[in-house]
Amino acid sequence: MVHLIWLVPALPLVGFTLLWFFGKRIGEPLAGWLGTAVVALSFLTTLVVFAGLWNEPDHTFQVNYFTWIPAGDFHVDIGFLLDPLSMAMIMFITGIGALIHLYSIGYMHGDSRFPRFFTYLNLFVFSMLMLVLGDNMVLTFLGWEGVGACSYLLISFWFEKEANASAGKKAFVTNRVGDWGFMVAMFMAFFTFGSLNWTTITSQAPGLAQTTATFIAVMLLIGAVGKSAQLPLFIWLPDAMAGPTPVSALIHAATMVTAGVYLLVRANPVLAASADWVPWLIAIIGAATLFIAATIAVAQTDIKKVLAYSTVSQLGYMFLAVGSGGYSAAIFHMITHAFFKATLFLGSGSVIHGMHDEQDMRRMGALRKVMPLTAFAFIIGWLAIAGVPPFSGFWSKDDILSFALHKSPILYVVGLIGALLTAFYMSRQVFMVFFGNARWGESGDAELAALEAHQTGAGDAADTAAAGSHAAGADDLGDATAADADAGSVAVATEHHGEHVTPHESPWLMTLPILVLAFFAAVAGVLNLPFSESTEFLNRWLEPVVGANQAVVDESTLQLIVELTISTIFALTGIALAYAVYMKRKVDHRKIELPFLYNGWYIDHGVTVFMGGPGRKLFDLVALFDRVVIDGAVNGVGRLSRGGAARLRTVQNGYVRWYALMIGLGAVLIVAFILTQVSFS
Amino acid sequence: MDAQNLDLAYLALAAILFAIGGVGLLIRRNPLVMIMCVELMLNAVNLTFVTFGKMLNDITGQVIVFFVLVVAAAEVVVGLGLVVAMSRRRPGADADDLRLLRG
Repeated sequence: MVHLIWLVPALPLVGFTLLWFFGKRIGEPLAGWLGTAVVALSFLTTLVVFAGLWNEPDHTFQVNYFTWIPAGDFHVDIGFLLDPLSMAMIMFITGIGALIHLYSIGYMHGDSRFPRFFTYLNLFVFSMLMLVLGDNMVLTFLGWEGVGACSYLLISFWFEKEANASAGKKAFVTNRVGDWGFMVAMFMAFFTFGSLNWTTITSQAPGLAQTTATFIAVMLLIGAVGKSAQLPLFIWLPDAMAGPTPVSALIHAATMVTAGVYLLVRANPVLAASADWVPWLIAIIGAATLFIAATIAVAQTDIKKVLAYSTVSQLGYMFLAVGSGGYSAAIFHMITHAFFKATLFLGSGSVIHGMHDEQDMRRMGALRKVMPLTAFAFIIGWLAIAGVPPFSGFWSKDDILSFALHKSPILYVVGLIGALLTAFYMSRQVFMVFFGNARWGESGDAELAALEAHQTGAGDAADTAAAGSHAAGADDLGDATAADADAGSVAVATEHHGEHVTPHESPWLMTLPILVLAFFAAVAGVLNLPFSESTEFLNRWLEPVVGANQAVVDESTLQLIVELTISTIFALTGIALAYAVYMKRKVDHRKIELPFLYNGWYIDHGVTVFMGGPGRKLFDLVALFDRVVIDGAVNGVGRLSRGGAARLRTVQNGYVRWYALMIGLGAVLIVAFILTQVSFS
Repeated sequence: MDAQNLDLAYLALAAILFAIGGVGLLIRRNPLVMIMCVELMLNAVNLTFVTFGKMLNDITGQVIVFFVLVVAAAEVVVGLGLVVAMSRRRPGADADDLRLLRG
């Protein structure tokens, strides 16, 4: 049964090929159903393979189909490494992938490029599966670049709008920085091991020199930071929300962005063999990212931007887990995050769909009455991500926090503050979208005006701050985010004046996948309950891959209960604070949503300014070097041979006797030379 | 004249013949004469082969002469063919007129 593994990536590939060639002819909605069917079949195959994998020794199965690149002793094979880690990954990739495909049929209804959308989605699923299943770094890199390309194609899917196209480019270019790290790591691994097979690398890594291991680990980390949107390369992910919402759910929340975490977990023996500061660096990057992204999410007004920064923040948790040696915790959170974040994204997509492409949360409110199913699922997702027991996010976040506490109390505290912020900004979103008064339709404008009037009295400081944010947005240098920053925090009421929307619940095609995902978001915690060895299913399942390097956390039951209680208190505090601010209006929300946070700590702005000024000069210098030295060398060689040939060609003058003389002279020279060398004794 | 001096005389004669052939090849422009000069050089070489064969008391020298004769015959066929083709295109043309392939 386990031999069917080739079908898992092959089915989406077939779907992609069919849709690529016949997509237009198949048309809507059949193209969508075809795309969904292949991924669903792939999921069913995965289940069969999963059943088969139980009988394999160490739950690991390796298969080699053929040699892709033979080069002397070195060869790259097309082969799959199916171990507990990749098994867990392909389960949720194909499962969630199929649900999101189904959802997209409803969401993309009426789009002029409907079949093309599913072509890309299928290609994405194929690439993601290759990334995870590849048994060597090159194959993983193939998938890595494949998902990057699909991400680019899908972010700029509606390329008619300039902002979407540049968001795609931004994602691609930023990812390239990370890809560079992956490639250097790959070169170094080949140089060190003479092979790029994951099994060779992981089995030989413990005997590695520390400096070599450190170098490879840092380069892999750079690759992971780019793909998984960590500091300082996270700037592309919020802009990636320009793509259709199913894309945000599948690629920029559930699967692709977790590839970096997967890479680090896969390479855990290399991390273990490297210097002590490498795991620390990973943990610090994770902690810093989770905190900064969470604070930014607090001030966003776009329903998808909140979720985007939230994704960055949750990925920070996974990095924190990897850095703290909690590899299984990282994977656990990856899975639960995939469920609840997909729920939230699809829910937000349903809201956007129902509100007729309105994404500003200040124009929403009270939507639970018109979209009960979406609201129900969204609220489950909210409770899960906020870390309210017994939903899944609570267990996975707590798993990470216990590893963080084991590593260092400071990391633990940052994680707890992050948890509080998570609960706060998610509650803010839920209250703004689904509760309170309706700020859409006939009563919407009056409601908004009243709100503004109520808050103007709150103080001049807030007003100047808001104005400041507007100015800061205006002088941004044509960046993708600048467009959104401009839409800024001041004049919303007038902007949309006149167009009244009547929200409606989405069709079952969209609500069904959300509800299924919400179910898993609620119960996925049972994968890894911390109460005893026997309930930690995921830990035991991942044992063959990460067991040797996993940090050992010895906790008493009392300590565990205290920790769980503290997390719960923090989560509930976050929710309560958001309730006070956004439902009871006890505090002016503009005192919390600072322009500094709204503009993402001006990191994006800073990058733009740097790249427009000093960075630009630096790269001009590089371009000059390229033109003068590199091109100069190449052109110089060309000019040299041309000039030499022009002189040399006069020798061939066409006179036969001249040639004969040359031959004669040559013969004489050779004979003379031989005579000087040979002695006749 | 003893036998050794006779051999040296043959070698000298061959050298003179070879030089005449070589110089003729270089200074004459009539293709027919050029081929004759080549023949002269070939036969000068044949003469040295025979002489050396006798001096070293080795039959190989004389055997090689036969090979050279056969090759020379074949070469003359090709050479004369070229001369005929040349004079068909342009009567009175000499070797220096054929310099289409100059650089």
